Amino acid sequence: MRILNTDEIENAVYGLALNAGVSLTPSCRSALLSAAERESGKVAAFALNTLIENAEIAESEKMPVCQDTGMAVVILELGQKVALEGKLLSDAVNDGVRRAYRDGYFRKSVCDPLTRVNTGDNTPAVIHTEIVAGDKVKIKFLPKGFGSENMSRLYMLKPAQGVEGIISAIVETVKTAGSRPCPPVYIGVGIGGSFDTCAYLAKKALTREIGSVSPRRDVAEIEREALKRINALDIGCQGFHGDVTALGVSCEVAPTHIAGLPVAVNVQCHCVRGGEKVL
Amino acid sequence: MIKITLPIGKESIKKLKAGDGALISGVILTARDCAHKRLCETLANGGKLPFDPKGAFIYYAGPCPAKPGKASGSCGPTTSARMDVYAPALLKAGLGGMIGKGEMSDEVRKAIIDNGAVYFAAIGGAGALYGNAIKKSECIAYPDLLSEAVYRLEVENFPVVVAYDCEGGSIY
Repeated sequence: MRILNTDEIENAVYGLALNAGVSLTPSCRSALLSAAERESGKVAAFALNTLIENAEIAESEKMPVCQDTGMAVVILELGQKVALEGKLLSDAVNDGVRRAYRDGYFRKSVCDPLTRVNTGDNTPAVIHTEIVAGDKVKIKFLPKGFGSENMSRLYMLKPAQGVEGIISAIVETVKTAGSRPCPPVYIGVGIGGSFDTCAYLAKKALTREIGSVSPRRDVAEIEREALKRINALDIGCQGFHGDVTALGVSCEVAPTHIAGLPVAVNVQCHCVRGGEKVL
Repeated sequence: MIKITLPIGKESIKKLKAGDGALISGVILTARDCAHKRLCETLANGGKLPFDPKGAFIYYAGPCPAKPGKASGSCGPTTSARMDVYAPALLKAGLGGMIGKGEMSDEVRKAIIDNGAVYFAAIGGAGALYGNAIKKSECIAYPDLLSEAVYRLEVENFPVVVAYDCEGGSIY
């Protein structure tokens, strides 16, 4: 067994969160640059160039790229040969988030769902844990803004609806969202599993690099076709009409029940942030 | 780009057409979900708003905390559609217009026409750029709401696009 103190996890979460707030992922940055180059809509191109300028300001002045520094989504892949010591794992993650949001001058955006009273420190984080083989701990950090999260959807399709049903669900979600989620969007899709795992798959898909392709050919075809149809919607950057409505579509799949075809569509704005660290 | 210094009168608003790019300077007030709920409850109860709504511009935004030496942290627009239920009452109370991002309801568009107002779209996600365009920030109401409180901002060259003009034109 390898012994790992949860202080190390706290510090890693702190570093990931602090960096995530002020910088776009490299794949998001290149996707925006490429979008600005090929966008034919004048107002949309102006908006894309403004976003690129904004990302440069944020990076150089260490200011949040977007004021919605999000809910902190943390995915932990725990090697089963690791024994944790120290404070409770969830406390370690939340302490890392709390410190980063304070030290980074990030917005605290977490509140009680009914009273709407702010928790004041952006905790609790959304923590997912998976037990995997090996003696390492992988931490993925994704700050998730809610302008786009609000536009996400879960469909319980019939098996007969098949691939066409899946693609239609993805495109319909983006079309209905229109200008509201800050397009150009990045779309994470979960296909299969149960009601809950499907939504988690969609979130996990958003931790993939923009432009990455599913290793399954049939799934890669869904990603490609959905992206093509989304970019034909003429929503464009900020809803100003144009050629680039989405930067990418990533699908993750899992076996499901013989009676069902769950499809979760998690919408991410153009401000894709986050990263990962292996301990 | 048209240069606009707020506040502006109805005659100047009339000249703005959907799709026009503009750089805004002057005073704007932030308010988002929770603040709007309180503002509209105050109006419904016949109370007095914490600011004079006549000709005022509300910016749908909730800033990050300011670093030492800065007037504001990052402060881009939030999704305007969440304020659909509140905007008509404030427009009726005399609001000059709003700044936000994304489409709003038909009811809001009608209220914009009826009251000779305007809706500007800021570029969602450009928080750092807008934060730097804020030269002064002061909380004027509901401090308990933290980033959701009402802040009076003095801005300089704040880039926007006219999204809904007062004659029914729309960029969307």
